[in-house]
Amino acid sequence: MDPTVLLAAAGDFTGKLGSPDQSDLVWARETQALSLAVHIPLVCFGIAFPAAILFMEGLYLRTGDLTYKALAKRWSKVMLILFAVGVVTGTILSFEFGLLWPNFMATFGDVFGLAFGLEGFSFFIEAIFIAIYVYGWDRLPKRTHLLVGIPIIITGLTGSLTVLAVNGWMNNPVGFEIVNGEVTNIRPWEALFNSYFWHELAHMYFAGYMVMGFTVAGVYAFAWLRGNRTKYVRAGMIVPLTIACLAAPVQVVIGDWAGREVAQHQPVKLATFEGLPETTKGAPFHFFGWYNKSTQEIEGGIQIPDMLSILAFHDPNATVKGLDSVPADDRPGPINVVRFAFQAMVGIGTILAAAGVFYALVFLRFKRLPRTKWFFRLIVVAGPLAMVALICGWITTEVGRQPWIVYEIMRVEDAVTAASSLPVAFGVVAAVYIALAGTVAWLLRRLAKRPPEVEVGAQVEAS
Amino acid sequence: MAEVCLGLALLALTAYAVLAGADLGAGFWDLTAGGAKRGGRVRGMIQRSMSPVWEANHVWLIFLLVVLWTAFPVFFGSIMSTLYVPLFGAALGIIFRGTAFAVRGQAATINEARVFGAVFATSSVLVPFFFGTVVGAIASGQVPVGNALGAPMDSWLNPTSILIGVLAVVSCAYISAVYLAADAAAADLPDMVEAFRWRALGAGVVAGAIAIGGLAVVHSDARHLYDGLTSGGGLVFVIASAVIGVLTLVLVWTRRLAVARFTSAAAVVCITVGWAFAQSPDLLPGELTLDDAAAANATLTALLISVGVGLCVLVPSLIYLYRLVLKGTLQQEFEPLDQRFRPLTASDEPPPTEPHP
Repeated sequence: MDPTVLLAAAGDFTGKLGSPDQSDLVWARETQALSLAVHIPLVCFGIAFPAAILFMEGLYLRTGDLTYKALAKRWSKVMLILFAVGVVTGTILSFEFGLLWPNFMATFGDVFGLAFGLEGFSFFIEAIFIAIYVYGWDRLPKRTHLLVGIPIIITGLTGSLTVLAVNGWMNNPVGFEIVNGEVTNIRPWEALFNSYFWHELAHMYFAGYMVMGFTVAGVYAFAWLRGNRTKYVRAGMIVPLTIACLAAPVQVVIGDWAGREVAQHQPVKLATFEGLPETTKGAPFHFFGWYNKSTQEIEGGIQIPDMLSILAFHDPNATVKGLDSVPADDRPGPINVVRFAFQAMVGIGTILAAAGVFYALVFLRFKRLPRTKWFFRLIVVAGPLAMVALICGWITTEVGRQPWIVYEIMRVEDAVTAASSLPVAFGVVAAVYIALAGTVAWLLRRLAKRPPEVEVGAQVEAS
Repeated sequence: MAEVCLGLALLALTAYAVLAGADLGAGFWDLTAGGAKRGGRVRGMIQRSMSPVWEANHVWLIFLLVVLWTAFPVFFGSIMSTLYVPLFGAALGIIFRGTAFAVRGQAATINEARVFGAVFATSSVLVPFFFGTVVGAIASGQVPVGNALGAPMDSWLNPTSILIGVLAVVSCAYISAVYLAADAAAADLPDMVEAFRWRALGAGVVAGAIAIGGLAVVHSDARHLYDGLTSGGGLVFVIASAVIGVLTLVLVWTRRLAVARFTSAAAVVCITVGWAFAQSPDLLPGELTLDDAAAANATLTALLISVGVGLCVLVPSLIYLYRLVLKGTLQQEFEPLDQRFRPLTASDEPPPTEPHP
């Protein structure tokens, strides 16, 4: 539909339940943000871990080497624990959509809800086959066992696809019209396949492989650095590391694509990445520095002329819309949060991509692993770094979307619940998630300490 | 079409109440199993039966939420905002239960198993209680249309809601005992069959007594709900549920446990359908009818199409899972929970032989 109609309607659109009286909006947002930040790293393992495990199991089936089996089996136990935590944190998210944003759900649930329906099925089938896979070790025929792992990979893709379709829709809402303050002429399939989610899907899917790959490889790189050069450690490192090192450079290209989509569809969000006050031809980009709201200038920092124009349009002379293209009320509040999140994501992504290229070059040239200890030290921290980049990416896109929950249609302040006690809810959720993170970390550490022989009941070959 | 979507929501609710209810009820038996040594076998049986299925069972709840917010968005927004206290409580219970259960499976000492077991068991009791109060609040007309317009506490802390909350806890315990007894029979563990058979009989009688006594509470506290349950379609299904409930008790008594699985599920189906009839044509009694709550036809059609396609993949997958489970292929070897952490002694029964090597 014509965007001007949307903008005209936006001023007085308050949704089906009306504008709530809520002074603690910020706590609703923080609660939602925290819950997402806990859930998203788990999603990465849901997306990418099954593929690594199946690859390892495939190696075992081809070679008959119990080392690979021990690794695949150990990893599948980790996958089950992470999936269990992902199930409960994902459930919390679906509760929070209603508990925190009832007016959003009541007004638009019938527009975008379909995607979550499909996600529900993906999730369901994933839960079924993860259970069969993990509990089916040594009980199902070997080939059958490998095959029941394949639906886990597929549902990981379809699940993230449908959830990102909803996020894409929030950023690029289509498939309905607003007439006299009412949502009407709903076209759910059009909403589902909004043009925005393709780059989000690609970006998140590769991020999943990077987070999983670097995190798992980091565990074994740590052992490697301490002198444990067994075949078990070597295989456990190389498989996820290769996956991550292949994904990291590709992610740079996808990130560039995502940036140009944002420039085209959400110019205000793009302006926030830099803190660009005015529409500018040949817009610069500042590394570091501080956006001062009162002067509308970036103080300090390293200025690179024309770089924002190049990032957004691949053209140093392109005109980039500034924050002044919309009224102050329609701009994201914390500009610096978005700026630093964006810069952290880009910075970390660049380092990881460079590591990936280095690894690939050494392998192509010498057919061996890099020898320098610094490479493995980097890999040890690469997992946490990738997670930071992941969360920063989501902060960039979600805080950059503010003040809208449905872009340029519904404001978060109109979507929020009118219920009281939101700060209490945040405190409780924060305490629970800290306990949860501590428990999972403790459990995984303990699991890692068990000797690999536990998994296969036989001596694992150490070479 | 709104009716079909309501049917989907009821299907999801029933599946959650029966399948996840059995897992939640297992928490009740875990909680009441006694000390580490005495309760070891019961807890081991629970760990063994639940492990491969609880996640899949839990997903019915997600499915229910999705159907509600897609097909009946205003209804969803109204109940979530007014009943935020019990729903938040249920959500917390879900986190604790799921995580603690998964962790207990990996526990290395009896003390770890004790701590995580206690968290798992306590939250397993709280979740059905909170969900029960939510059902009670909706059924007794405590939820107005709007953003948190109902009373935050009184809407769910009233006689009808508390009654349904308690009934939910006891019913989950009942279904769980029936399922665990049937699992124990399939696994050839006669002492566990007896243990859960007696628990099933006890919980069944208590649930029946609460349900009958509760009618008096509903009569004085939520008259329109009482009238709905005691006339027309509501009455038919309430009676059917009672008859099937008694039949299940007889089946458990006579050790026909595999059949009792299905009749206990049928009793729950009758209750949810009876509830729908009692409230018909309203979703929120006196506030919002089914037709007013329903989303536009385009959305309902799209939802039904996607559910239809989804079921084509889901149903065979579920059948495959439950076939493997009922055959015992996926079950871990039965092991009393406390025995994992200490050497065998003469007083321990010999470890049962693995049925499927």
